[in-house]
Amino acid sequence: LGSTYTTLISVVSSKVTGVVRSLTSPPLSSSSPGRALSSLSATRRGLPQEKMSENGMVSRAKVLTIDTMNPTVKKVEYAVRGPIVQRAVELERELSEGMKKPFAEVIKANIGDAHAMGQQPITFFRQVLALCSYPELLNDSTFPEDAKSRAHRILQSCGGNSMGSYSASQGIDSVRQDVARYIERRDGGVPCDPDDIYLTTGASDGIVTMLKLLVCGEGAARTGVMISIPQYPLYSAALAELGAVQINYYLNEETCWSLDIGELQRALDEARQYCNPRALCIINPGNPTGQVQSRECIEDVIRFAAKERLFLMADEVYQDNVYAEGCQFHSFKKVLFEMGPEYSNTVELASFHSTSKCYMGECGFRGGYMEIINMDDEVKAQLTKLVSVRLCPPVPGQALMDLVVNPPQPGEPSYDNFIKERTATLSALAQKAKLTEQVLNTVQGISCNPVQGAMYSFPRITIPEKAIKEATDKGQQPDMFYCMKMLEETGICLVPGSGFGQKDGTYHFRMTILPPNDKLQILLNKVKEFHQRFTQQYS
Amino acid sequence: MSKMSENGMVSRAKVLTIDTMNPTVKKVEYAVRGPIVQRAVELERELSEGMKKPFAEVIKANIGDAHAMGQQPITFFRQVLALCSYPELLNDSTFPEDAKSRAHRILQSCGGNSMGSYSASQGIDSVRQDVARYIERRDGGVPCDPDDIYLTTGASDGIVTMLKLLVCGEGAARTGVMISIPQYPLYSAALAELGAVQINYYLNEETCWSLDIGELQRALDEARQYCNPRALCIINPGNPTGQVQSRECIEDVIRFAAKERLFLMADEVYQDNVYAEGCQFHSFKKVLFEMGPEYSNTVELASFHSTSKCYMGECGFRGGYMEIINMDDEVKAQLTKLVSVRLCPPVPGQALMDLVVNPPQPGEPSYDNFIKERTATLSALAQKAKLTEQVLNTVQGISCNPVQGAMYSFPRITIPEKAIKEATDKGQQPDMFYCMKMLEETGICLVPGSGFGQKDGTYHFRMTILPPNDKLQILLNKVKEFHQRFTQQYS
Repeated sequence: LGSTYTTLISVVSSKVTGVVRSLTSPPLSSSSPGRALSSLSATRRGLPQEKMSENGMVSRAKVLTIDTMNPTVKKVEYAVRGPIVQRAVELERELSEGMKKPFAEVIKANIGDAHAMGQQPITFFRQVLALCSYPELLNDSTFPEDAKSRAHRILQSCGGNSMGSYSASQGIDSVRQDVARYIERRDGGVPCDPDDIYLTTGASDGIVTMLKLLVCGEGAARTGVMISIPQYPLYSAALAELGAVQINYYLNEETCWSLDIGELQRALDEARQYCNPRALCIINPGNPTGQVQSRECIEDVIRFAAKERLFLMADEVYQDNVYAEGCQFHSFKKVLFEMGPEYSNTVELASFHSTSKCYMGECGFRGGYMEIINMDDEVKAQLTKLVSVRLCPPVPGQALMDLVVNPPQPGEPSYDNFIKERTATLSALAQKAKLTEQVLNTVQGISCNPVQGAMYSFPRITIPEKAIKEATDKGQQPDMFYCMKMLEETGICLVPGSGFGQKDGTYHFRMTILPPNDKLQILLNKVKEFHQRFTQQYS
Repeated sequence: MSKMSENGMVSRAKVLTIDTMNPTVKKVEYAVRGPIVQRAVELERELSEGMKKPFAEVIKANIGDAHAMGQQPITFFRQVLALCSYPELLNDSTFPEDAKSRAHRILQSCGGNSMGSYSASQGIDSVRQDVARYIERRDGGVPCDPDDIYLTTGASDGIVTMLKLLVCGEGAARTGVMISIPQYPLYSAALAELGAVQINYYLNEETCWSLDIGELQRALDEARQYCNPRALCIINPGNPTGQVQSRECIEDVIRFAAKERLFLMADEVYQDNVYAEGCQFHSFKKVLFEMGPEYSNTVELASFHSTSKCYMGECGFRGGYMEIINMDDEVKAQLTKLVSVRLCPPVPGQALMDLVVNPPQPGEPSYDNFIKERTATLSALAQKAKLTEQVLNTVQGISCNPVQGAMYSFPRITIPEKAIKEATDKGQQPDMFYCMKMLEETGICLVPGSGFGQKDGTYHFRMTILPPNDKLQILLNKVKEFHQRFTQQYS
């Protein structure tokens, strides 16, 4: 992550000048008192915008200040890269500068970043990407023929045979065709039209775009969007920025974070009093909660969406990450079509996938797609127009998405190695999911649901009253207080449950299961020791 | 909400319809990829299916897409990208050592030494450092802090993000943003989507699309009656208009922004694309700092660059950066938070941006070839800029300013009254009618001036100068013949 957050923290903590903080903010020491009492207050009071400060310099308000910036942006929060990660980056720098800490390295278990945790890329994917980047290599005999033919096909779909050309805004034609065929195979033959596929800059891009289309109305007519609690905070962040109403439905921790239709109904009925609920977002397999939805539950959700006239958004980026026995991934698309035309002709659905998760973990390439089903033709035209403004998703990410949906086939030279690599990664993940659950559940005061899928555990933690009080006195969420303390004492960076949302009075953290086995074992033991120490300290 | 339709089936309205969708999205328009391009794609498909057309191929001169027009990538850049994609190649003796050392350095800055890791949301540290050093060299030593650099997903991403920060207020307090007319329609599209007020200032076609401070003042004064003007956007070198701003003009703009308290946004993605003699690129940052602390300590500026233009033309990688100057610290913290939601810009694009700002140096094995390739591309562009201007100006009814920089000509065209009437009857802009007809008859895809904005009663088109010389010559001749035919037909 580098010094990004370090900078931020130092800026916020020591260099704030020229701005009067709101009354609720803690007092700040200012390094340049001459500018400290500047213009924001003046603006608020309608005073002239320039005035002499104590040292005689003309001090003027910035055009763009915290009080005059976009208010919806201010409401955006994104815990996965929030203050705790900023502190982790700072600690890393301090370590590298030789400062003494009670740990030798910072372990960033805050984010599902597989390669950063040492997972190796799929060889075939990277060979093709190298060939596409530097087509001279097509003459290199050390590359397998199937990698060359894939690269050739991708390059032929690029303007001037170069990944440096813009693609169609919806994505490269041949890639969208490959995605459609992949979906048909995955869904047992349910047809998929390449025109319904939009390639995206990671799944996040598609999700934000779809939410953007859905938002309208004012006051009680304002669009409301139902999201699970706990949720992946992209959703809350996007809704805040768009000024849409976030409608929380709670997953049931007691039944392995399952989704209950009664709870959906409760949330919806309450929300109808103050907004216009129009969409329902589902993350399956769950992030941060790791549950895998049953087929019956998906059917129930689809019936609910049909009955209540909700646009369905299915975040299925962890579709290959299913570990628990008896669990299986069912796509919303497949279930929808197997429920017959009453549903498959009417229920509007957008489903999202990405190159960042599953067995490939290629987050940095920002590849992804969305499939849209039963979308109104005029709206679809608007969607196509909207994505055209940003020209196109990154072409290397599109190429990678193509490889993910069209990997080596039996009989091709790279097939065996591809299967070996994929299997190794997925079975290691399954083991680590189990290990994490097992170790955490040995700790008194930590209780962890099975990690059925995805890449995280989201255990519930008991925080002693005394610690809650100390946190509250500091104006911190108790689990933020807990995670911050863990970071300072152990170097382990987790995300507090409050960043994802949780039932009042419960506390959690999200921890990725991605570290290599030996490192994960150490990490879990450190978490265990910390929790015991923490509990003792505050009892 | 459900009703029986004629066949007795329950027909129900969609949840999301044109009437119930986000109204600001509906207002978005983006001519560069608009209806004329859709028709071009359709024609391409029809040709490939064997349909007879009066042309053998569609030439997409609508967009600055260098590689699609046959420009070759810089060898060194692509070697490093291949090495970063598949680090096994670091053992391959056919790759030059400087490419390997660059790849090594980039990979070392990536989590797990892989481009597949997320980077910091602001961009990879070492890349931002290289960008800062590049800016310092470019600006004759004016200091640049890597903390002021944000890597972006193309320049568009940075521009939209900055506009997003600036928008607030309701009614007459709503943020207004000044943009040139003609403009690059990303600006109007983003402002429409954000619900900000677009304030038009007109470039002066008679003086080679120069910017006039009096016109800025007029536009600003008028806008103050209905909105809160807070930002001024400049594209230099100009898109679609190809002018290169003089140093004096930049100083005037900075003084104007300081006086009127406007946040400056300088779109400088064509900074290497300057062709005309006597013209030179001056960055807003450099001029700002040379105007002394009265300005350099106060005027808020964001400047944008990208991997998509200049001599590299790597549009597909979506690389870019923005530098922010004098931004309020709290706002900067908000900016950093905002970009974190989208995790990070594409890492291959960041790697490419690094290579652009840190290309082979004298003495390194790839230096000579790099210089050769870069020079060849830039001098070919200079020739094509001249050729385009010359040929178009031989046509009666087309008048074309010198293409001083960037990648487009934006000639003014005379459209006969009869054609204007026919277009109006069809509900079409006259220059859209003209361009659509040209596409159908010649296969040439241009963007009508109305997509960029133009003075009422004037008509233009934007045409990229990127096609290879021989193809450009043919294209220009076809445009010439079409215009003559069109004029005759409607006289």
